[in-house]
Amino acid sequence: MSGRAYRSAAIAAEIAVPLAILAAWQVWTVHANDPLFPRLSTILVQFREMWLFSQFELHVVPSLTRVGAGFAIAVVLGILLGVPLGLSRWGRLLAMPHVEWWRAMPPPALLPISVALLHSIGNRQKISFIAFFCLFPILLNTIDGVRGIDPTFTETARSYGVRRLERIGRIVLPAALPQIFAGMRTSLSLAVIMMVLTEYFSSTSGVGYVLLISKNTFQLAPMWAAIVLIGVLGYGLNLLLILLERRVLSWHRGWRAAEAQ
Amino acid sequence: MSTSGERLLEIRKLAKMYGSGAKVTHAIADVSFTVDDREFVCVVGPSGCGKTTLLKCVGGLLRPTRGDVLLRGRRVTAPPEEMALVFQEYGRSLMPWSSVRNNVVLPLRHKNLGRKQRNALVEEALDAVGLTPFIDHYPWQLSGGMQQRVAIARALAYQPSILLMDEPFASVDAQTRGDLEDLILRVREEFAITILFVTHDIDESVYLSDRVVVLTHGPTEVKAIIDVDLPFPRDQIATKELPEFAHLRGHVYGLIKRELVESGEELAATMTTATKGDRP
Repeated sequence: MSGRAYRSAAIAAEIAVPLAILAAWQVWTVHANDPLFPRLSTILVQFREMWLFSQFELHVVPSLTRVGAGFAIAVVLGILLGVPLGLSRWGRLLAMPHVEWWRAMPPPALLPISVALLHSIGNRQKISFIAFFCLFPILLNTIDGVRGIDPTFTETARSYGVRRLERIGRIVLPAALPQIFAGMRTSLSLAVIMMVLTEYFSSTSGVGYVLLISKNTFQLAPMWAAIVLIGVLGYGLNLLLILLERRVLSWHRGWRAAEAQ
Repeated sequence: MSTSGERLLEIRKLAKMYGSGAKVTHAIADVSFTVDDREFVCVVGPSGCGKTTLLKCVGGLLRPTRGDVLLRGRRVTAPPEEMALVFQEYGRSLMPWSSVRNNVVLPLRHKNLGRKQRNALVEEALDAVGLTPFIDHYPWQLSGGMQQRVAIARALAYQPSILLMDEPFASVDAQTRGDLEDLILRVREEFAITILFVTHDIDESVYLSDRVVVLTHGPTEVKAIIDVDLPFPRDQIATKELPEFAHLRGHVYGLIKRELVESGEELAATMTTATKGDRP
């Protein structure tokens, strides 16, 4: 099979399988006639009514803002803290027990205290909460990535008198970037989970809030529509990140392929 | 090739130990030699004799335990601006995320140069190694020999007065190796630079250099320093057919082989004592 034909077949399969599952869902729900599992067609109609686009601004935009802001803060903090920790053995010695402690904490355990500490059930609390738990995968991957740099890279730069800050910018960061991206992918799915969790716990807007309200009022079609939307958001955000990674790390794929020869 | 006779580099009673107490390893015991301005000096020795350690000490990347490295009479404590280092592992010293151009420009960024001047240096260096058409490629898109030429171009663009090379051609095939040897001889003339070249290849050391420094097995000392009076320009076929070449090559080979035999005997001796000691 030629490369082009292979690609088209792969994309077709990627679309066909979910369509088949959805068709099966429709057939099954029509047959079962269970109010807990509304028909796919009902859910989709509901989905269109709610999200395209009457409640989009009211609930989807706040959710996306929270995910975006929380994730962005986590990326910046994770890299800012991870690079020096990766470079300093003493820094790691002092910081790692704390990192491991907070990383092991199940997020729901900190939800009530986050509301109390931040005096907020609005964006401030939600963004901080998302940022806090998204920080760890990025931080740990940055530390690992920085530690794993081949010393020949840094020795070369040092022998040419490249100064410390420039070494970090031109050698350390790019070399660690593939691993930082791996951490970002983990964090992004965490960000969506945290978004739903915080909104479900205490909120007046957002997709998680809609989920909670429709559940509490036994409106099952809107609840399912919210579930579908959360899935679509998670999938779409991940896709965006993968596209960004392909662009930024195109050298990495080429390099690895060349190394493997 | 004439040297100006002025002393550029002096290595004085250099010693390097790793670790401390009972676990101490003597990598280099006592090494002294000098390199004149515009001279090509090769350092050869049996494998594992601390050649890389020696070069890193000379380059200011490692601090010697004892002794000094003097560049124009001044002690080297950090990588000096007048030196450039070319490693054996081109694949790990060229940055895979940067184009050939950006790899070569890296050491120039913090020099006080205008953009035009910087680009001119980069282009001149890449031209000297014949890689101008590949300036916008990534290093990993090039063959091993070409990658090592990028590393050489980067060193040249830095405008050093002395080039330190650590077995730079050890991981390329024989044909490419010959080409790179001739390239470095040509570039040395063109850029009027001094070269300190570490290798384990005896033919290579004789073919390239004005002088060969032969090292002993570790803990390393200088076994002999041999003048190479072969005429320039050197040629892969004609030079290597000269009786003097064969003679010099045989001489260095003999020194290193004897060195290996001696250290082998020493090793055998220590092993016998050890087994004897173990007996109840």
